[in-house]
Amino acid sequence: MGFGQSCLIFALTLLFSLPLGMVVYFGRVSRIKPVSWLVKIYISIMRGTPLMLQLLIWYFGPFYLWKMNIGGYKFTAIILGCSLNYAAYFAEIYRSGIESIPKGQYEAAQLLGYGKSQTFLKIILPQVIKIVLPSVTNEVITLVKDTSLVYSVSYIEMFAVAKQIAAAQTTVLPFVIAGGFYYIFNFVVAWVMELFEKKLDYYH
Amino acid sequence: MSLLEMKHIRKSFDGLEVLKDISISVKEGEILSIIGPSGSGKSTLLRCATMLEKIDGGEISYLGEVAASVKDGKELYVKGEKRKQISSYFGLVFQNFNLFPHYSVMKNITDAPIHVQKRPRAEVYEEARALLKKMGLEDKENAYPCQLSGGQCQRVAIARALALNPKILFFDEPTSALDPELTGEVLRVIKSLADLKITMVIVTHEMAFARDISDRIIFMDKGVVALEGTPQEVFGAEHARMQEFLGKFNA
Repeated sequence: MGFGQSCLIFALTLLFSLPLGMVVYFGRVSRIKPVSWLVKIYISIMRGTPLMLQLLIWYFGPFYLWKMNIGGYKFTAIILGCSLNYAAYFAEIYRSGIESIPKGQYEAAQLLGYGKSQTFLKIILPQVIKIVLPSVTNEVITLVKDTSLVYSVSYIEMFAVAKQIAAAQTTVLPFVIAGGFYYIFNFVVAWVMELFEKKLDYYH
Repeated sequence: MSLLEMKHIRKSFDGLEVLKDISISVKEGEILSIIGPSGSGKSTLLRCATMLEKIDGGEISYLGEVAASVKDGKELYVKGEKRKQISSYFGLVFQNFNLFPHYSVMKNITDAPIHVQKRPRAEVYEEARALLKKMGLEDKENAYPCQLSGGQCQRVAIARALALNPKILFFDEPTSALDPELTGEVLRVIKSLADLKITMVIVTHEMAFARDISDRIIFMDKGVVALEGTPQEVFGAEHARMQEFLGKFNA
């Protein structure tokens, strides 16, 4: 059915893009100007061009540039393309969260003797996670639907399967069924994220 | 020897000179209040003493050890272990508490002693409970800051600062963010610390409190020490700016 493939792309993209987003954030706010400029350009391209186009470039690019054999490379290209794209969005979400933490939290931590990394990991990050959770949920839900874009590089997942069956049997029913799967998938995602939010609801 | 010695401190923000060659010293066990109109540089002085702001000129030392100095326009701040040691001498109570909202009252107080000072958990908890009792908050150890009133939050913040056993405790307008009916409970707690012989430097707008608790009072105006002395001397002085300032309180 291809549902498993969609799930796999979703899971791997999240696995890579969530931490990568943090790395991109640190690049974005780096005091080394060339680094922050490069990362800014990266974010701007990732957000400013269609993901489908990015996937085509990641997949076919190596072939046209270096005549690389792209036979077994398709899945890697998909995960690479999706992860790099989503990391850019997550980085900006993290940035908005981190910048909303009052300066006094850093000052209190400094006065109490916490080091820089202790301050970030123990004081700042837990508060940031609570703040950004609704925005991250939005992004994760979009990702579920965006997994369908990999049909553009002829990767067989749920959407591609539905399209094939629909064409062969001249019926829209496969699309409706696929739509149902996406909906249920996102229903579960939203439910899980809500559980997380409730868990962090013990303070405000 | 003075516990804290600040000599010829200068500090500007965007060309605006906030501290103009200020010198103060604090003896061990002394309670010093700093009063003065808004914008006179009181809070900036505390923020410089606690190294939250960098000085543009002068020298700060604790127990004779230089913590920060500026020579020929170059700032020299102690670093590494030495910095950690000097930083452990002082604590600061903020105007708006700055408690960690995701930590319970108990964790707010105990986390730094356990994870920064690496002291044994059992001992730290015991001390924290004693502190909470002193603050009248023994039933609040599992509460979160958002469940407390402003006055309770400030008392937790005081306990948090005390848990690290500082030699000197700075208060930056500790009651300015509180409703009038909540200031009393915080001022009472600060007064009770006086009995513990903790050295305190208090920036405050509570004149009666300052007069009552202080060994010495500094009246700051426009970035300089305008008047300094015992409460009787300062409040009784025939000083035009001081009288004008006090007049605004009595009006």
